[in-house]
Amino acid sequence: MPTETAPDPTGAGSSETGPRIVMENVRKQFGKNVVLDDLNFSVDRGERVTLIGPSGSGKTTILRLLMTLEELTGGYIYVDGEPLTHAKRGERRVKLRSGEVSRIRRRIGMVFQQFNLFPNMSVLENITEAPIHVLGRSKDQARADALDLLDQVGLKDRAQAHPTQLSGGQQQRVAIARALAMEPEILLLDEVTSALDPELVGDVLQVLRDVARNTDITMLIVTHEMQFAQDVSHRVLMFDQGHIIEEASPQVMFTAPQHERTQQFLQAVL
Amino acid sequence: MSDILQALSDYRPYLWEGLQVTLQLSLGGVAVAIVVSVVLGLAAISPLPVLPVVSRVIVEFFRGTSLVVQLFFLYYVLPPLGLDLGPVGAGIVGLGLNYGAYGSEVVRGSLNAVPKGQWETTLALSMSWPLKVRRVVWPQAWALMLPGLNNLTVMLVKGTAVALLLGLHDLTYWADEMRKDPDVGLWTAYGIVFLLYYLIALACSSGLRLLERRAQRRLGLRADVAVTDRATAEAVA
Repeated sequence: MPTETAPDPTGAGSSETGPRIVMENVRKQFGKNVVLDDLNFSVDRGERVTLIGPSGSGKTTILRLLMTLEELTGGYIYVDGEPLTHAKRGERRVKLRSGEVSRIRRRIGMVFQQFNLFPNMSVLENITEAPIHVLGRSKDQARADALDLLDQVGLKDRAQAHPTQLSGGQQQRVAIARALAMEPEILLLDEVTSALDPELVGDVLQVLRDVARNTDITMLIVTHEMQFAQDVSHRVLMFDQGHIIEEASPQVMFTAPQHERTQQFLQAVL
Repeated sequence: MSDILQALSDYRPYLWEGLQVTLQLSLGGVAVAIVVSVVLGLAAISPLPVLPVVSRVIVEFFRGTSLVVQLFFLYYVLPPLGLDLGPVGAGIVGLGLNYGAYGSEVVRGSLNAVPKGQWETTLALSMSWPLKVRRVVWPQAWALMLPGLNNLTVMLVKGTAVALLLGLHDLTYWADEMRKDPDVGLWTAYGIVFLLYYLIALACSSGLRLLERRAQRRLGLRADVAVTDRATAEAVA
């Protein structure tokens, strides 16, 4: 990828070399329940970061905040240096207009625990829908791209099938293809194998390993599959009660965790 | 039996007239009600700040006040203001607005009943509100709302009997005329009209049931429920 050094004409501070995602003093409350408190971390371009920790520790909330499925209570999130939902104007914290939000959100894709395929469309239509109507691709182009993606996830022969005719694992592979069809720069994977029968997990993880190997998409991964986390991620963040309590490479995290909570957690899940 | 046939033959032209009035009110009322239901139902869940409030106010008004008073208002108050709908027009508009207010709650409820994950996925795919509603949410909500709309349709058909109060010669009016005729038995007079209402309602609800089944089939809901399980089993095997 060529590096751009020309100054950004908008002056918004976006850059081609800075971190892909920056979380600054991020706070999220549901009512009085504080889920994330003063969270700071950044993710580099092409980096794959796995978030681990006990349930309720705030991992999924981070993905949902990035996808703008939840409203940020405090702090800022930057994508490519640009504010996602709230911006600093001097001392003030200003909510951005929905048009601005959606422009940046378009760089982000997400795969959900429950697949969420559209039941009123075939497998192929699930994948082509957004490229045609959001990105403005021609039907033929979208169709050809979708078939390529289905080939990558091993389901080219099921293009015309209805989602309910697929197994959970197949549905999730279609959902991955659907997210990739939007050519996201950032892909959020929210416990994508947690709803699957154990026998079906392997195929889905294999597809994701391939994506990790063949693309430079930045990924944020929430998973309980520690072997997968170790295989694909560059960095692992251990969460507990809304805070990052440990941060390490997967090798270190899974073999020599420092924090006592991390040791307990990994002992329980491994 | 011969009484009934005799009455039917004597009153055939009148019953035919009554049937036509009732059918006009029914079909017209249902058409207006569907438009009102959809517009108010979509407005109720729209992300724009004002529309849900406007929708709420309209729904509360038409649900919360008497249909008969609404019909009289349309029939007696509007013409001096320059809007004369005529008795059939007033009946159609009044029934449509009143039942449409109920229908909009069915539409709103069905749109909200589409799983949250579907809405969230459309956001993750950057789909605009009109696009996600039209292409993803509505087709799923449609299957959910048809049973409720079917109910309201049948109620509207029977509810057209209030047209009598606007002086229209609908089925109910002619039932009453037959009652006054000493040659026609009371049972016969109302029995015939009961049956005719029932047949109209049956036709409407059968049509809607057909739509419902088609909508469900499109969502894969009527295809063998075990299909997913079988696919899982095959994938595992």
